[in-house]
Amino acid sequence: MRNMWIIARRELGSYFTSPIAYIVVAALIALTSNFFSLILFFSREATLSYLFSNLITIMLFVAPILTMRLLAEEQRSGTIELLLTSPINDWEVVWGKWLASFILWLFILLLTLIYPFILKVYGSPDWGPIWSGYLGLMLMGGALLALGVFTSSLTQNQIVAAVLGVVITLGLWIVGGGSQLLSGPLASFLNYLALSNHISDFSQGVIDIKHIIYLLSVIFGSLYIATRVVEMRRWR
Amino acid sequence: MIEVEGLTKYYGDFAAVQDLSFNVGKGEILGFLGPNGAGKTTTMRILSGYMPPSEGAAKVAGYDVFKQSMQARRHIGYMPENVPLYKEMTVASYLDYMGSLRRVENRRQRIGEVMDKVNIVDRADDRIATLSKGYRQRVGLAQALLHNPDVIILDEPTIGLDPRQIIDVRQLIRSLQGEHTVILSSHILPEVSEVSTRIIIINHGRIVAVDTPQGLTVLLSGGERVILELRNAPPVDKVIVALKNLPGVNKVEAMDKAGKFDLRYEAEKDPRPLIARTIVQNDWDLLELHYASMSLEEIFLHLVVDEESKEENQEEAA
Repeated sequence: MRNMWIIARRELGSYFTSPIAYIVVAALIALTSNFFSLILFFSREATLSYLFSNLITIMLFVAPILTMRLLAEEQRSGTIELLLTSPINDWEVVWGKWLASFILWLFILLLTLIYPFILKVYGSPDWGPIWSGYLGLMLMGGALLALGVFTSSLTQNQIVAAVLGVVITLGLWIVGGGSQLLSGPLASFLNYLALSNHISDFSQGVIDIKHIIYLLSVIFGSLYIATRVVEMRRWR
Repeated sequence: MIEVEGLTKYYGDFAAVQDLSFNVGKGEILGFLGPNGAGKTTTMRILSGYMPPSEGAAKVAGYDVFKQSMQARRHIGYMPENVPLYKEMTVASYLDYMGSLRRVENRRQRIGEVMDKVNIVDRADDRIATLSKGYRQRVGLAQALLHNPDVIILDEPTIGLDPRQIIDVRQLIRSLQGEHTVILSSHILPEVSEVSTRIIIINHGRIVAVDTPQGLTVLLSGGERVILELRNAPPVDKVIVALKNLPGVNKVEAMDKAGKFDLRYEAEKDPRPLIARTIVQNDWDLLELHYASMSLEEIFLHLVVDEESKEENQEEAA
């Protein structure tokens, strides 16, 4: 656990020594504040559910960018060799990397708290869907980042990792659409598999354990496979 | 300190290392010498715990590098080939990171000591990206020394350095002797022979020779050696006959037709005064007579080429 934190701390430091974190945070804040004011202007509703679904759609593309460097760059530069010969476990490396990106995501979510605050000042929002929506955002973001860490483990090339990440997150997002052409157990399986079917309940104020288990499985599953990929590279 | 038994590593069908066995005692500096692709890096990577062997086993400080990897790793300092570093970090923060991963106690103080030892204190707050190759090498060495490991593994520690930096690194490695056990690899002979107490020559993944640098020279050169250059000398054959009959001379060879000769002799009888006298008595002009023990470079080539001709019948290595 301690090693995981040491790795996450270094990785966070490196996010903020390169321009990437600043660009991503600034772009996300600019986009969300734009959406927030437009949605509010047209709907005149004290709700954030539209904003949340927009934010997650953006994250489908942004998460792989945040994670593309994490393992790919270590493998390209060879620094992974020193990490893997230090007295730490492979899973601690992978989880530490994910944790860094997750903390950055939590930081972004923290900044967006300004929107519910504005709603509170000028109206009387329903707090249930807002807080459950935030829980959904946290978990969904964590899942997307874990998928990104997984694609980053597959290659030495950051761009390949990012593109592969977008393909996978987008693929998992829209795969539920295939269920309309099918029927029976395959259709319900695709429905269950689709990321997009596990977020809307949260922003409606419903906290369903089914969705939480799904999203946690995506996180644990992706990071488990990423760890095995890193391990396999030792055997090459 | 290091025990290697029947170590073998396959990449697919290709055997990078085959049946390697050797021991390194405490305080020794072992040079691992071989041409590029001989299996040096593979061996280093197995010893450091980066990759498991296909067959055989290796123990470092009494721990199996694969089965008891975590314990073994605590006793190993490792500098991989080409010294991978996080370029965006400063020297001090990088060492702090590596030190915390290895649970170094009194980390600040220890980092100061190590930076002092490798002479990078003045660059402590510089980003690694701005450092020259020589400084990066020192950062890599500092990182390997941080946790005061029993065994230090250095893969090509002097590659790409200028002559001055090479001397610095050599001195540093020598200063580790006694307290630490060092194993270093190189494809350049002087690098290894200068600092090592023992040399292992490896080719095509197999050990070709193991000895001290001095031992290797004596073992393979067939005695001491002198190079002669004459002028106004009779035909080559006559000179050879005249010199060969001197007591203590083993072998005389003409190196070219202009009067250069390669002469081997027994060290105890040292016939050099006799050689000089013979030349003067015959009224030949002596331009040069210099001592030239067979260089390790030649021994190395000799061994490696021998090995290759032996393997000619066997299948070609990929």
